[in-house]
Amino acid sequence: MKKKKNPCLLYGAALLLLWIAAALLVPELSPYTYTGINADIRNQGSSCLHLFGTDKFGRDIFVRVWYAARISLLVGVTGAGINAAFGLLYGSISGYVGGKADFLLMRIADILASIPSLLYVILITLVMGAGVESIIAGICVAGWVDMARIVRGEIIREKGKAYIRAAQMEGIRPLRILFVHLLPNVAGPILVNLTFLVPQAVFTEAFLSFLGVGIAPPSASLGVLIQEAKSQIQLYPYQMLYPMCILCLLILALRLFGRGLENVYGEKTER
Amino acid sequence: MAVYTMKRITVGMISLFVLVTVTFFLTRMMPGSPFEDGNVSASVTEAMEEEYGLRDSPVKQYRTYMTNLLKGRLGVSYKQQGVTVESIIGNAAPVTASLGAAAVITAAVAGTGLGVWRAVSKKKTVRILLSGGTLLGAGIPNFVAALLLLLVFGVTLKWFPVTGLFTPAHYVLPVLSLSFYPTAVVAEMIYNTFAEEMKKEYVVLARAKGMGFWQIAVFHVLKNAWIPVLNYLGPLSAFLLTGSFAVESIFNIPGLGREFVSSVMNRDYTLIMGLTIFMGSVVIGVNLFTDLLCAWLDPRVRNSYLEKRWGD
Repeated sequence: MKKKKNPCLLYGAALLLLWIAAALLVPELSPYTYTGINADIRNQGSSCLHLFGTDKFGRDIFVRVWYAARISLLVGVTGAGINAAFGLLYGSISGYVGGKADFLLMRIADILASIPSLLYVILITLVMGAGVESIIAGICVAGWVDMARIVRGEIIREKGKAYIRAAQMEGIRPLRILFVHLLPNVAGPILVNLTFLVPQAVFTEAFLSFLGVGIAPPSASLGVLIQEAKSQIQLYPYQMLYPMCILCLLILALRLFGRGLENVYGEKTER
Repeated sequence: MAVYTMKRITVGMISLFVLVTVTFFLTRMMPGSPFEDGNVSASVTEAMEEEYGLRDSPVKQYRTYMTNLLKGRLGVSYKQQGVTVESIIGNAAPVTASLGAAAVITAAVAGTGLGVWRAVSKKKTVRILLSGGTLLGAGIPNFVAALLLLLVFGVTLKWFPVTGLFTPAHYVLPVLSLSFYPTAVVAEMIYNTFAEEMKKEYVVLARAKGMGFWQIAVFHVLKNAWIPVLNYLGPLSAFLLTGSFAVESIFNIPGLGREFVSSVMNRDYTLIMGLTIFMGSVVIGVNLFTDLLCAWLDPRVRNSYLEKRWGD
């Protein structure tokens, strides 16, 4: 088999790994901490000591950005993980059981999906108070619907095939058929959708924090950093540009990776 | 078609009901009283709550709210004295609608153009650039786009005004920042379907009849390629409404988004509820409308919806 070049997947994965490594290592290795205030070096531009400069309290932006990146990553991975797991379960049950249960489950999903989820998310963060947990809870209210629909569609397409019939006739329990036989065969589209869920969750967190209903200062997320730097946009635009770049870089890396995966599995289904 | 329409409308009505109910109870569950102000004594807060009916049982409050809602009344703002929520929405909605409409038109025109260009271009660099561009456009969050545009064209170059919405020039930056993402999505959709449709037999037939390339592309292929884009109008309306939260706050535009953000900051419960219900209803309405439109245009859609569900 000739291996096809897939630059999207390669560069996406490389960028993503680099990004994650920086988020994990920089706050550990740097001599500065994300809360360390130093009044002597307020609002300084980039230098050898402070790569991204310092903010209005003299805190090192480089460390703060990568520290904030961890929160984005945490929210992105957890939110997407929960959504994927729930969507997988929901979609499999709906698709595999079929009939009235399927109809009912999919109508519930339709109803949830027809209301803009950010509205829910904001209401939930208001009820639960600002913080990582409430954002993740909000993201998980309706974020799983797309995943559920995709899984359901794939399962319906696959479950009529001979090997599933054979397994059913052998008397293997439905759950085992689902997890051992069905799901591994529909993993492609599920993985591709997962790469869309993560940037969506990252975006939601940054957006909410930027609006002031997400993660509250002094704990920092990329949205919080952008929000804080906004007031100084005319004097020190760099304070806003750095967190923005890092945020966009993460979303881009994830999308690039997703497109690469799509290419891989797209070819497979065409064959 | 009639059966499909009925079913679709039923789902829409239930969505509306769920939206209103969930919004109502979530808002009731929010901690703190809207009248707690630091300087106000507990007895005054209590009297205020009594006055606004906040001390009744939740079920009774819910019933009152629903009855008023059916009469088109959304209540009085808790923070802006004597102003009804309807009047706030009435003032703000046209502003947001004009921004949204401009963004939809920009996205439709630019997205179609870029998508077709990417599909028909024979130059590899053009294709790579456009493909990267759509990736970038879809990857930049709307508030980042808004801040970047504000920084470059508003603060540094001073080409466009950055606060309010008075002249056409005021529209440029907010509309641009709102239309980045949808443009990328439309371009990607058009590119995918356009390339696929061009391979179909009706194109070959039209070609054999002697039609020119652009004639086929515009009158035959684009007509089909546009159906998924129509379907995207529902999610797009949701994106534009929630996107307006950030964009209107950044550019200081008195629309629904800014009202919503400030109502959240002020804990103005009736206003939060009213705006959530209004925006949710708009999105549900647009979803319903586009679904019906697509089913009317494309019989395959409604048939797939009505066909017997797979099952033993």
